[in-house]
Amino acid sequence: MNRLDCLDPVRKALLDDVDGGFAELYGTYRGLVFSTALRLSGRWADAEDLTAEAFLRAYRAVAGYDRARIAALQPRPWLMTILMNVWRNCVRSRVRHPPPDLLEEPVDAVDTGEGVEAAAERRETGGELADLLRLLPEDQRAAVVLRHVVDLPVSEVATVLGLPQGTVKSHVSRGLKRLREMAR
Amino acid sequence: MNQDPLLAGLAALSADAPSGLLDRIAARWVRVPSPLGEVSVASTDQGIAFLRWNEDPGAGDGFAAEFRARFGRPLLPGDRPPAGLLPALRAGKVSGLRLDLRELSDFQREVLTTAQRIPRGEVRPYGWIARQIGRPGAVRAVGTALARNPVPLLVPCHRVIRSDGVVGDYVFGGEAKERLLREEGVDLDGLRRMAGENVFYLASDTTGIVCFPTCHNARRITPRHRHGFRSVAQAESEGYRACRTCRPGEVAA
Repeated sequence: MNRLDCLDPVRKALLDDVDGGFAELYGTYRGLVFSTALRLSGRWADAEDLTAEAFLRAYRAVAGYDRARIAALQPRPWLMTILMNVWRNCVRSRVRHPPPDLLEEPVDAVDTGEGVEAAAERRETGGELADLLRLLPEDQRAAVVLRHVVDLPVSEVATVLGLPQGTVKSHVSRGLKRLREMAR
Repeated sequence: MNQDPLLAGLAALSADAPSGLLDRIAARWVRVPSPLGEVSVASTDQGIAFLRWNEDPGAGDGFAAEFRARFGRPLLPGDRPPAGLLPALRAGKVSGLRLDLRELSDFQREVLTTAQRIPRGEVRPYGWIARQIGRPGAVRAVGTALARNPVPLLVPCHRVIRSDGVVGDYVFGGEAKERLLREEGVDLDGLRRMAGENVFYLASDTTGIVCFPTCHNARRITPRHRHGFRSVAQAESEGYRACRTCRPGEVAA
């Protein structure tokens, strides 16, 4: 651990007090976690559920860690790994128990959690692209979202997905290629 | 600077979390006055979830640690008490108070919602709760569920006592329970005296109704018309019917 690592404010806050540390963790990474969840799931309501569940699990995990473990924690990849697990579990249980109304639901329905302005803005800035993302296979979508929507370095994407960096790069480039083809 | 429109488009897809999302995850806590003294109260977006007495002689690790162990949810300082909490603690007005009892089992929840129906100034035996929820044999389990009440005072588990007038256990200790009941005007000495004479129910020969002694209907009976009974069955055999307000019925043994 180098000296700069010691100054990570989230880790410092977690060492002081797990609840105050959580507030710091949430404040620092809520946009990152929510953006990732939104673009992985493609639905506002699902993104809220995934984000809430990921932060709750992170809290429960860190509440059981000793000081040494917290001192060695890399909060961002740790939290994003939890999110990816929550998402995979959610996808898996969806496959096993699809919600009954899945087929009747219009794909581009505006979710109630999203304000009119936000929805309008989303459409203008990338509604189509967001929809295309959902058509990517899960491993490519995850790699593209982590690398290019929330801008994690390749090495961290590899940690979060538990894959070699080479594999991450190939998922990203295949995903981008596919997006370009679909956007044409 | 990235000129690729696809990459720029992807980067523009990030969004901030909705402002209310934190309240779905974390609980908030405040300190407020209560009849026992200052209490700490935690609430979620679903309602009030946890209440502890700050001067509790039997308190363990402190409020935050106890909340964490029990709920596994972050606890952040709140800026104001949840709606209805102060009047509920000051005057016992709990109607419409939102409680978050999600962490409890169905049985515990039923026990607590039944205890909630006991009016201020009145008491019921443990067996009454058991019978009310259709589990007359579960008197001990009722006691355990009340002892684990996450929101004492708001769910008045202190109003459930032994039928002999002994107050029994309480989340914050028997002494606090006795103090609360006396402040609410429960005549504990009278109950114990009657229990010593094997009287657990009071009936009026003007209305023909038999009640728990602390029922407001029983407290109105003048001594001349008051009759004590050991059981509701005994009263019924003499022509009385059970009060529909306090519903004494047959209490599980």
